[in-house]
Amino acid sequence: MSDLREETLPPLPDAKRIRARASQFILEQRTSGNWTAEDQSDLDAWLAESPAHVVAYWRLDETWERTNRLAALKRPFSSMAERADGTMPAFLKIAAAFAVAAALGSAGAYFALRPSDKTYATAVGGHEVVKFADGTQIELNTDTVLRARMTTGQRTVWLDKGEAFFQVKHDAAHPFVVMIGGRRVTDLGTQFLVRRHTDRLEVAVMQGRVRFDAPNAYATKQTALLLPGDVATATAQSMSVVKASDRALEHELGWRRGMLVFHQTTLADAAAEFNRYNSKKIIIADPVAAHFTIGATFPTNDVEAFTRVAKEVFALRVEDNGKEIVISR
Amino acid sequence: MGDTPDTRREEQGSHRAAVSAPELRAWFLREVLPLEAALTRFLRRNWRNENEVDDLLQEVYVRVFEAAQKQIPESAKPFVFTTAHNLLVDRVRHNKVVPIEAIGELDTLNVELDEPGPDRNVIARDELRRLQLALDSLPPRAREAIILKQVDGLARREVAARMKITERTVQWHLSEGLQALAAALYGDPRGSK
Repeated sequence: MSDLREETLPPLPDAKRIRARASQFILEQRTSGNWTAEDQSDLDAWLAESPAHVVAYWRLDETWERTNRLAALKRPFSSMAERADGTMPAFLKIAAAFAVAAALGSAGAYFALRPSDKTYATAVGGHEVVKFADGTQIELNTDTVLRARMTTGQRTVWLDKGEAFFQVKHDAAHPFVVMIGGRRVTDLGTQFLVRRHTDRLEVAVMQGRVRFDAPNAYATKQTALLLPGDVATATAQSMSVVKASDRALEHELGWRRGMLVFHQTTLADAAAEFNRYNSKKIIIADPVAAHFTIGATFPTNDVEAFTRVAKEVFALRVEDNGKEIVISR
Repeated sequence: MGDTPDTRREEQGSHRAAVSAPELRAWFLREVLPLEAALTRFLRRNWRNENEVDDLLQEVYVRVFEAAQKQIPESAKPFVFTTAHNLLVDRVRHNKVVPIEAIGELDTLNVELDEPGPDRNVIARDELRRLQLALDSLPPRAREAIILKQVDGLARREVAARMKITERTVQWHLSEGLQALAAALYGDPRGSK
């Protein structure tokens, strides 16, 4: 090594320039709304040029992700807190208090945000598949927010809003846990669906087994072991389990194919389903019509097909005022 | 401290990565980035030219990244600081331009290694404080852009309309803000940038 003393090392790569370039890529990717395949290959090429580019990209991307998380924490809960009847299930009150604290910037509320947490969210009408390194796959339905902490020691996700279908790579040593408003779903080798309604939680098991309970004192202490075909519904006060047919379960998962499947479904419920996927909302203004039942399959975004049925099959009046669609007799 | 970080980079074929990219990324974000504040202080204390600290920090990350591609070190902290130490020694030895005093009390390395890691909750609380401080310390327009985009969740187009500037300028403010936030979240809070 001694003769190297005569050598002068080249200057180190300029960190400031690399950081500026990395942040341009990140902002373009995450905020422009039209990130193309070509943009992606530009980024890939830039990252392949040097590890300095990779670490700068990771560092800034994680920073951006973290600022996202602050908003993701406060948004889903505040919308849940504003229920029409002004009441909130007990476990949601805790969650809402937590969210308010986070929104106000109270340091205590920040505990849940570990560096390894990641937030995934879909917009109204969105549908996304997230694959994890352990082989687990999570499918997010419309208007959904999910946080994941997938580390070597822990596999926990929080369904803060919406609905998701889980295909879990079972690992007895590292159980996969879904937290929803103080309740806990623990995978025992399986495929299952978890959905947050405004007033209740629903867990449906397609394969394997899950344990459904409430680990903390502020929710009820009921525990259920769910088997394939079981659909559990929990409110703040109660939990019930019913057996559903294979077909009914398949209908529940219609959204994975972009379809809504109705069977003996009231128009009110069908409209509510459509409204989850579309920003122009359907309102059934007539209480009698609201109880008509329908059996049909629609693409989640085909509101028009639904209103056509209302018009032609049920002879109802359909008015589209640009902001919402009002159905009456 | 079983891991010996090495400076012989050319011998480490990066194409022979034994650790998967997501695994490496997760480890780097979880174990290495939180050391940035302490690492920056270490570099600043041991290097005379303040302007080079960011570049040195980046080079430490590159060396750590390349070594961890082959095998993730058992313990990140001693590994990262030993890498930093070796880098400084390298730069001094190989660069006649740098006077030998540039590299100061390197024996402080041991102090760094013996420091117990802070409690997770303390880190999290500290982070929020830093994030807020960082937001407050941003130039007003960068701060406004970050809050509209990230906290209020507006689209970039809407941010531009709200701030009455072009999307391109919004992008520029966001970029400034993002880099300052990264420095505040991970870096030395007393740092100059």
